[in-house]
Amino acid sequence: MAKKTHDTPMLDQLESGPWPSFVTGLKRLANDNDMMVDLMGQLETSYHTKKGYWKGGTVGVVGYGGGVIPRFTELMDENKKPLFPAASEFHTLRIQPPAGMHYDTATLRKFCDIWEKYGSGLIAFHGQSGDIMFQGCTTENVQPSFDALNEMGFDLGGAGPAVRTGMSCVGAARCEQSCLDEQKIHRTLVNAFLDDMHRPALPYKFKFKVSGCANDCMNSIHRADMAIIGTWRDEMKVDQDEVKKFVVDKGRKYVIDNVISRCPTQALSLNDDDTLDVDNKGCVRCMHCLNVMNKALSPGDDKGATILVGGKRTLKIGDLMGTVIVPFMKLETEEDFEAIEELAGEIIDFFAENALEHERTGEMIERIGLNNFLEGIGLDVDPNMIASPRSNSYVRTDGWDEEAQKWFERKAQA
Amino acid sequence: MSAPRMPIESGVPDPFPFMHPVLKKNYGAWSYHDRPRPGVLHHVAKSGDEVWTVRAGTQRQMDVYTIRKLCDIADELAEGHVRFTMRSNIEFMVSEESKVAPLVEKLTTEGFPVGGTGPSVTMISHTQGWLHCDIPATDASGVVKALMDELHEEFIKEEMPNRVHITTSCCQINCGGQGDIAINIQHTKPPKINHDLVGNACERPTVVARCPVAAIRPAMVNGKPTLEIDEKKCICCGACFPPCPPMQINDPEHSKLAIWVGGKHSNARSKPMFHKLVAAGLPNNPPRWPEVADTVKNILAVYKEDAKDWERMGDWVERIGWPQFFEKTGLPFTKYHIDNWRGGRVNLNASAHIRF
Repeated sequence: MAKKTHDTPMLDQLESGPWPSFVTGLKRLANDNDMMVDLMGQLETSYHTKKGYWKGGTVGVVGYGGGVIPRFTELMDENKKPLFPAASEFHTLRIQPPAGMHYDTATLRKFCDIWEKYGSGLIAFHGQSGDIMFQGCTTENVQPSFDALNEMGFDLGGAGPAVRTGMSCVGAARCEQSCLDEQKIHRTLVNAFLDDMHRPALPYKFKFKVSGCANDCMNSIHRADMAIIGTWRDEMKVDQDEVKKFVVDKGRKYVIDNVISRCPTQALSLNDDDTLDVDNKGCVRCMHCLNVMNKALSPGDDKGATILVGGKRTLKIGDLMGTVIVPFMKLETEEDFEAIEELAGEIIDFFAENALEHERTGEMIERIGLNNFLEGIGLDVDPNMIASPRSNSYVRTDGWDEEAQKWFERKAQA
Repeated sequence: MSAPRMPIESGVPDPFPFMHPVLKKNYGAWSYHDRPRPGVLHHVAKSGDEVWTVRAGTQRQMDVYTIRKLCDIADELAEGHVRFTMRSNIEFMVSEESKVAPLVEKLTTEGFPVGGTGPSVTMISHTQGWLHCDIPATDASGVVKALMDELHEEFIKEEMPNRVHITTSCCQINCGGQGDIAINIQHTKPPKINHDLVGNACERPTVVARCPVAAIRPAMVNGKPTLEIDEKKCICCGACFPPCPPMQINDPEHSKLAIWVGGKHSNARSKPMFHKLVAAGLPNNPPRWPEVADTVKNILAVYKEDAKDWERMGDWVERIGWPQFFEKTGLPFTKYHIDNWRGGRVNLNASAHIRF
């Protein structure tokens, strides 16, 4: 039996309704867990005052400089003692899940046993960072709980100015639209930079996200400093018999309204015999028609990745999307994987040397210009990197002839 | 004393030992999928193997009893393997169709709504809020619980024009991310500065550098080094608060909620889009934030009625135009909707294209 629970009239109102209630979960834990009793006390206080009461600090595990999110209460009584002492330390361990977030129940049960022993019993699957968040741990128990999880084969994720926990979609494990070995790319990239993850020393965070197609289920263009998106460069596959069946099933109007006319580059046409005509040169691999006619249409065979750099959320200069730096890259052989690891290394090294403190990769590129960034990491310009050429004439072009020569030389080599 | 245990720097775990055997066997060799009913995916591999996935909503922040219950369900009625989507839905994979119905029934009985697939409103991706964040102006899990209670029917059905991704964020950094609908804190007053604490708690040049509009400068107050704010310049973003907690941005009354629409991650049809501000000034009203729920439900109802199949929220608004969006939703259009951030001129109408 734990200490007496606090009255929580506000939180109690979140127990009703059809959606699973985290409050009911907190209460169950509070039955025999003082930390949860007091956590609920503090949370209820926040619900009344509309204020947060956590501050950060320095808590970690031996050998690492990051990965634990320290939380100490700021809610004090008149004697400057914590008002809810059993939850005065409520740290989170960020633990990296298996790529694609697959689990067997034995692993989840082991997590529960460890967290019941050392922590609050509250686990989030998963945080926005892509980590399993083991929430609610005293400073004293951070090390033993990490040791137990680490012995199971799990490692801390990223926090602070570091390479962060990566994310990859379910991809090849269960999706016919997958154009990549997502988990392998995810693991290759993150695991190559574990030193930059565990010992934060970059200007700011750096995130990898891998989506197997342009549906970008991992939100990587919006959120990743380096986004790897699956695509293909040969022709998409069309099973014309399935196309015909789809037309019979849905009707011509549906197909014209929802497939043909929705193509962003007018690359589709429905033939008079209800087969599909595809202009593969005009297709931008947006995935819409494949999403709608999933059985009839598939990615081609010559698969690879488009790489975009610089996506991030608002802080500091406003939201930025990633922009293309590699239009297409094969990712099949060991040499291909070495090449992407090398590219990521170039980018991270350049970021480490050139970004200002607390500046993301996208902001750095905004400040110095894409040309300087490309030069710094050793990539050639490509018209796939732009939405349109510059529209402002204020540019110095005295190197034009040499640059044009380089373009023709590259074309001749291709 | 023995040497401390050093970590095994194992990094991202290999997923194959955890993966459902049918997924492992057919890795990279899937043919197509369909959805036999909301909340259920049916994937067919090139080998002919089939797998059914039952997707259910969770509270994300789960106690060990809930996780063990989900494990019991996975062991008894599924095949012992699960995965999570990035929106905290749990997925149970089974290799026989006959296992689907009992699994759906059990999950529903145990209070885990089955849905979130196809054109539904899936689980809200969210942040930590008052439960764990050091800079939140509102809660996250509570807002999401309150909203998902209201949107439950849209989660278990597939009746939207296309999928709807909602996000929430408890500060203006917007960790919740882009969404078809994003519900974000919007501070409306400059931070109140506790001048007694700044000198000791904050690295002042860092704080000055953090301000996006250069509104913060060093100052002396009562003989102590501190910071001051040009309140006319301040955009109330709160970026100074994380590196300097004495710059109190969170305000129980004046930190409001704003609603943004039309964010889209996917490249399908249109390029990825950012969400745009449509409503602000909504009260931060725990425990159920009814004003936010009403605004979100209104926008969803208009979108559901008016958008064409496969149009995401942002696609739909681009087709009908923003004047129609404000007309149809009844939301007021104000000067705050006009983008005056750097580069914001691209968001103005530089044409004679007007819908009448």
